Amino acid sequence: MIQLRIDDTPVQAEPGETILEAARRAGIRIPTLCFLESLSPRGACRLCLVEIRNWNGRLVPSCATPAQEGLDVVAHSEKLAALRRTILELLFAERNHICAFCVSSGHCELQDLATELGMDHVTFPYRFPALPLDASHPKFGLDHNRCVLCGRCVRACAEVEGAFTWGFSGRGVETLVEPDLGGPWAQSPTCTGCGKCVQACPVGALFEKGKATSEQVKRPEILAEVTERRPRA
Amino acid sequence: MKGETVREIKIPVTRVEGHGLITIHLDGGGKVREARFHVTEARGFERFCQGRTVWEMPGITARICGICPVSHLLASAKAGDAILAVRPPRPADKLRRLMNCGQYIQSHALSFFHLASPDLLLGWDAEPGKRNVFGLAAENPQLALDGIRLRAFGQEVIAALGDRRVHPAWAVPGGVRTPLSPEARDRLAAKLPEARRIAQDALHLYEKTVPAWAEEVETFGNFPSLFMSLVTPDGLWEHHDGRLRFVDSDRKIVADGLDPSRYDEYLGEAVEGWSYLKFPYWRPRGYPEGMYRVGPLARLNCCDRIGTPLADEALGRFRKSADGKAVTSSFHYHWARLIEIVAALERVGQYLEDPEVLSPRVRAEAGVNELVGVGVHEAPRGTLLHHYEVDETGVIVKANLIVSTGHNNLAMNRTVAQIAARYLNGKKKIPEGLLNRLEGGIRAYDPCLSCSVHAAGAMPLRVVLLGPGGEVLDEVVRAP
Ligand code: SF4
Ligand code: SF4
Ligand code: FES
Ligand SMILES: [Fe+2]
Repeated sequence: MIQLRIDDTPVQAEPGETILEAARRAGIRIPTLCFLESLSPRGACRLCLVEIRNWNGRLVPSCATPAQEGLDVVAHSEKLAALRRTILELLFAERNHICAFCVSSGHCELQDLATELGMDHVTFPYRFPALPLDASHPKFGLDHNRCVLCGRCVRACAEVEGAFTWGFSGRGVETLVEPDLGGPWAQSPTCTGCGKCVQACPVGALFEKGKATSEQVKRPEILAEVTERRPRA
Repeated sequence: MKGETVREIKIPVTRVEGHGLITIHLDGGGKVREARFHVTEARGFERFCQGRTVWEMPGITARICGICPVSHLLASAKAGDAILAVRPPRPADKLRRLMNCGQYIQSHALSFFHLASPDLLLGWDAEPGKRNVFGLAAENPQLALDGIRLRAFGQEVIAALGDRRVHPAWAVPGGVRTPLSPEARDRLAAKLPEARRIAQDALHLYEKTVPAWAEEVETFGNFPSLFMSLVTPDGLWEHHDGRLRFVDSDRKIVADGLDPSRYDEYLGEAVEGWSYLKFPYWRPRGYPEGMYRVGPLARLNCCDRIGTPLADEALGRFRKSADGKAVTSSFHYHWARLIEIVAALERVGQYLEDPEVLSPRVRAEAGVNELVGVGVHEAPRGTLLHHYEVDETGVIVKANLIVSTGHNNLAMNRTVAQIAARYLNGKKKIPEGLLNRLEGGIRAYDPCLSCSVHAAGAMPLRVVLLGPGGEVLDEVVRAP
């Protein structure tokens, strides 16, 4: 057992566990967005940043950092709260999040995080990018305007379904998740139409067609459920 | 939406944001040549819809206007039905109608009790400080209170079905999201008798008071024109479906059974350099002779009957006032609104007794089966039209909306000119009382400027009198 401290509380971790997992077991909540249980961590959103006092105050993503003996972790502080709010503001400013008529409004992890972290306005100028919406698939749609590039769809598709349909194209702020080597989704030779990516998506970017404002409820926990139920060799 | 220029609009006078601007143009002989009610801001919503799915449209368009969200919601859902090529289940159709009745009650009650009745009871020459609901409350507290109650009832009908916080886009392509609950039905049924009493009282009050305003009835938009509205296949009053009918001032049917989805075959949309709001007209008569009016007055002029006893009784008196011809004074939009409140309450009563409004079978699901869909609906203020074109995947390629206020654009300008001519009477200065009457004349149409411009609620007004060379002779501005 590894001994560490999170927010001045002694916490134990199994070897191989991350700081986030140790914190969760100890009942300490750390906000996350790109992390999804049963998928490999990616460290894409940085909302789970924690400060390691005895590493000179270094900031590390707790979802992707192994717990280590003697770590003195700060998971909650004014500074971290401000950083997390800034990250959220940047996410909102980057694309077009018009919650008022979004399919996911009311059931959206990004919205919930904004509420939880007290991000009530965006201080950065909005970019208003003109991004397309791919509604070609008979059952699902992808609206790049609401994508936060967390990569949960990419990992769900590869690690749980094994279809490897989704990937990222472009660089930096221009990055887009796309099926295979580019859409439209309906023409993907690899997509099995299972919908795991839709359930994994934390926001209204991937959605079930036919849903109206606020009607899209996701079940991201099904990914952990199907992984656990799967017979192992 | 950002940085979008629609058309360059030349306003002869300083542009005042959110103000209603009226210019009165005199000819060389000092007579009113023309008067214009300017709509000086554009929303560009049509562009904004491009790239979104048809399923999102009710939710999006319900945000166009904070004053008539229900109307856009229902028109948009109907356009969606057309694209899915489905007929909503019967309970859904009834529920949508029930919601629209709630919308008529609340919207007409607001227009009559809060906006119009201070003028009707206190007069157009009353002190500006008194010509409002507070003045009304001092003069006739019961009426003011009644107005609040009746409006609240209409709002409760809407909330019982699709409270914005609970079901932001309650009407959807193919139907609605939820039926009425038995509790809500009982709650509404218990409040219905009071609402009916209030509506009848207001109607009688109007009929009693109106002889005192003979001069205003004569000048507030009293002229021959066409009238357009939906009617049922049997020619009855209709507010959510049906076919379009045109009648003339003699109430002679000019056209009937028109397929609303082919509106562009018979409705033209003219553009004037001084207004963002287009000027629809009846094509066979050309522009501007093809002027027509929509809304409560038009619906009552167009239909053969309303189809419920109390409303038909009231319609009989309304018709008699014009010897069976069309009621041509826009002043009587107020009267028509009161009759429609009675009609809507009667329908609400019918729906509340109908077990089908509790049925869970309220939504037909389908994919994209048509690439063009037109939804035509009678909003409280008049015919509202949503026209969408989608690609094979259901994403909007083109959207065209014709809002009620747009149909009445020509008639509102005619009304303004008529009032100006009567009260200017050769003068080169804007006389006392003209401003109030211009405002009253426009208010008769209960225009929703918010559907096409940002201004909402009480209307600050600026009236400019221009000589034959365009020189400013006089100008009056009034804050709301
Ligand atoms: S994805 Fe979430 S945050 Fe973005 S518009 Fe939709 S509800 Fe709002
Ligand atoms: S589509 Fe959804 S799950 Fe995929 S990267 Fe974007 S936000 Fe994440
Ligand atoms: S949750 Fe750890 S970086 Fe996103
Ligand atoms: Fe409106």
